[in-house]
Amino acid sequence: MSKWKMLTLVGCDQPGIVARITSALYETGAQLGEASMMRLGGNFTIMLMVKSEHTIEQLNQSIEPVVQDMGLASSFQTIEASLHQHEIPDSIITVYGADRPGIVAKATTSLLEAGYNITDLDSDVAGSEAEPIYIMQIEGIAAQGMEALEQAIEQIKSEGVNVDMTPIDVMIG
Amino acid sequence: MAVLDILKYPDEALKQLSEPVVQFDDELHSFLVNLEETMRAGPGGVGIAAPQVGYFKRIAIVDVSSKPKIKHNGCMILINPEIKTWDGMKVGREGCMSVPDYTGNVIRAEKITLQAYNARGEQQDYECTGYEARAVQHELDHLDGLLFLDRLVSRRTDLFKRKTYQKK
Repeated sequence: MSKWKMLTLVGCDQPGIVARITSALYETGAQLGEASMMRLGGNFTIMLMVKSEHTIEQLNQSIEPVVQDMGLASSFQTIEASLHQHEIPDSIITVYGADRPGIVAKATTSLLEAGYNITDLDSDVAGSEAEPIYIMQIEGIAAQGMEALEQAIEQIKSEGVNVDMTPIDVMIG
Repeated sequence: MAVLDILKYPDEALKQLSEPVVQFDDELHSFLVNLEETMRAGPGGVGIAAPQVGYFKRIAIVDVSSKPKIKHNGCMILINPEIKTWDGMKVGREGCMSVPDYTGNVIRAEKITLQAYNARGEQQDYECTGYEARAVQHELDHLDGLLFLDRLVSRRTDLFKRKTYQKK
């Protein structure tokens, strides 16, 4: 069984979440792997790879005092994972427009149909409360090639949003 | 001819400043042959700097001519190179033979002019744009002990260009 677990954690944003959670894990002898942490809508969110000999119950106990004290919600899941498996995305797609229901669903469905594998997605709602705009940046791999991806992008544009695709040409020096 | 070993971070030697080349002799010429071969053996293989192989002299090679549809100067042997002008800026993805399994976004000038000596010790002027300019700036950073990790910007920077490119 894999020794890697994924910690998912969310709570009202406040200073000290990362320092206290990772210190608690460090004290149990856990090793940390790749992570994504960000503030979303006033909450602070963590997705963190944790490698440990301990059971999920023991890991939960190790962070329980911090979770309780800071009013967080967390869970560990056993995952099949390993490090040094980065896939290099070949394209970045920016989608933005007046916010309305269905932008993400329609855009990502079109991308899926073009064989696009999303490796990273960031989205935000900006503008004003009265006139919100939705901004999404997607990185991924066009498994069926750029032509299929370009067709998908035309399809997304026809939904009335702005879409821009830039190939990622990684310079390795 | 030989493919040289690439130093990999966290080898601290990569963070040191390289010294100018003084002698344009046979030793330099044979080193250049090996350095170019090492560059071409690597993934991507568009650029390399001498400190990446543990030779701390101000030497870099950039050759992006294998990339389709871009402007380039062919194979540039850059000895004691100096960037003279910077223009524009662009975010692009970089990786490095000295930093395996990681790529990140870096802001580089879109257009640069530079002066460097060639293998014969003759001063040359170059104008580089886009991908080639990026490769040159990446390699020249190595001569100052800088890695692209020192210049990483957020993924979101692509959309919200707030940072400016500055001459050190």
